[in-house]
Amino acid sequence: MGKTIIDKIWDQHKVKAVTNEVDVLFIDRHYIHEVTSPQAFNGLNQKGIKLRFPSRTTAVVDHNIPTKNQHLPIENEQSRNQVETLIDNCKTHGVELFGIGHEKNGIVHVVGPENGLTQPGMTIVCGDSHTSTHGAFGAIAFGIGTSQVEQVMASQCLLLSRPKTMRVEVNGTLGKGVTAKDVALFIIAELGTEGATGHFVEFSGSVFRNLSMEERMTVCNMSIEMGARGGLVGIDQSTIDYVSSKVGVSNELKEYWKSLNSDVKAVFDKEIILEGSNIQPMVTTGTSPDTGINITEKISASVRNSEKGLNYMGLHESDSIMGTPIDYVFIGSCTNSRIEDLRQVAAIVDGRKKANDVIVWVVPGSNEVRKQACEEGLDRIFENVGFEFREPGCSACLAMNEDKIPSGSVCISTSNRNFEGRQGDGAKTILASPITAAASALTGKVTDPRTYLN
Amino acid sequence: MKKINSTAIVLNIENIDTDQIIPAKFLKSTNRDGFGKHLFSNWRYDDEGNPKEDFAFNQFESESEILIAGNNFGCGSSREHAAWAIADYGIKVIISSQFADIFKGNALNNGVLPVEVSQDSLRVMMKYFSKHKSVKIQIDLENQVLKAVDQDIVLHINFDIDPLKKQFLMEGISDIEYLIKQEKEISKFESTHKL
Ligand code: SF4
Repeated sequence: MGKTIIDKIWDQHKVKAVTNEVDVLFIDRHYIHEVTSPQAFNGLNQKGIKLRFPSRTTAVVDHNIPTKNQHLPIENEQSRNQVETLIDNCKTHGVELFGIGHEKNGIVHVVGPENGLTQPGMTIVCGDSHTSTHGAFGAIAFGIGTSQVEQVMASQCLLLSRPKTMRVEVNGTLGKGVTAKDVALFIIAELGTEGATGHFVEFSGSVFRNLSMEERMTVCNMSIEMGARGGLVGIDQSTIDYVSSKVGVSNELKEYWKSLNSDVKAVFDKEIILEGSNIQPMVTTGTSPDTGINITEKISASVRNSEKGLNYMGLHESDSIMGTPIDYVFIGSCTNSRIEDLRQVAAIVDGRKKANDVIVWVVPGSNEVRKQACEEGLDRIFENVGFEFREPGCSACLAMNEDKIPSGSVCISTSNRNFEGRQGDGAKTILASPITAAASALTGKVTDPRTYLN
Repeated sequence: MKKINSTAIVLNIENIDTDQIIPAKFLKSTNRDGFGKHLFSNWRYDDEGNPKEDFAFNQFESESEILIAGNNFGCGSSREHAAWAIADYGIKVIISSQFADIFKGNALNNGVLPVEVSQDSLRVMMKYFSKHKSVKIQIDLENQVLKAVDQDIVLHINFDIDPLKKQFLMEGISDIEYLIKQEKEISKFESTHKL
């Protein structure tokens, strides 16, 4: 019987089996940030122990920081306190920190891959559910709670039950205007938010083989929205080329990485096969990420969509989602804030004007992305259209800083969650791809991006 | 934790995400205490901070230690603050037909027991305990059984729990204590590990 990439990586990291179900698993890379780490550091300090392998840990500030004037002191006292606490803790425990304004700072899941810290075959954790993003590199990557953050700090290990495995294969080719984000929303709508609970998912099939590394990150990012513990894509030339462009990689290591891919006869606990050419630009209609529909479809109170969700959104069954008026556009978050995303947005809006009453925030995923965008002149394109091009951070993805969507306002967003109040109390979120968000910014209504593609 | 005997709060909503359990605006603290007052804040209080009468937590006995909630409880964010808020409020057991993975781990790490029952059992329990708010449910961790006996209902439901987690809960051992003791083996592993 063949082995899956998930089992192979797991076995390579098993320090010992504790019971038939539970292993002590070694963690290669630990990312931390200001919001879910302070209580873990407190725990270490109370126990009088030091972080076990500081060189395997990297810290950023992202969740809570302002996206304007990052060179000035943070105004919000509690946010400032969290950031300062992280600085102190990193100093005490010898952890490398990309602090506010640092050229390498940004959203944790953008920064890791960008700096070559995320590599194939690794086990990667962070106190953030979208750690699954790093699975794009053929790594076992997953979000953990703060108690586990403390466990990894103390021992570089976790006590974990062996994963169940699932394969989601998407074959065929994607149509014009259909992006990785649409693939993600499509799979989630098929599976439901609990469809992959308890499983690690391998995404495979020709659609994934043809996606760039950034696009793979977008899909793996949203694995958690199908309930998965994590999601990954097998290691191929794109993976190796991307990592090699960031750090030196020996031939021996490349061969090792390739040997980790799922065997041809690998058996998964669950398999799903979907057809990529069926996917259209997707937008969500409710308050759960599995309420995505093809943008040309009518809204329905399906199994996935609750009446509660539709009511919260102020949407009605059998209406078109297309044409729904929007107040805000948020282009950002660890799902879609990389340079390719910003280029796609710029290509659609270049030389046009945003709709009058719409406020548009473009928040790059990192300082590196911002710098690259400026070098390519995307900043000027955004400004000319009337978009605000901000400094990096999580921003309106979770609205912990000042970037909140006001109550009752509708925001079309490239982030990953449309939960009630996620973008601010009473805010209504429609999830979409960067180009759908960009097209909608031009009209002030939910708009099919294909209208703007020659 | 060995036995819990308590009335229950019924929250008949599916896919309750951790953003509802504890909204992001309350995550700015650097310690673990005091989150219970913000539990379900946006559903529990109106804009002026007054309790909303139509929300379950304002209708059931406030000292209940058991929460019965819809399928896929705790999905979304990994924030352990959700488990802290639940534990701080005084909830010791959550009954649902499915829990999101990260939340389940967080709950167990904070002494909150997630009890999974079938969708059918959950439906029956929701219906009954919505009406009979003073009937108690007994959770017996050692024997892994949920029991309730009342005029119109007899419940005797076995539930699963990972044997190691059960042992840790029964004996009050935390994962971190266990892991710290594995120091030698971990160091040995690291010294030959290639990544
Ligand atoms: S951008 Fe959003 S989803 Fe990503 S790490 Fe930040 S808060 Fe989490």
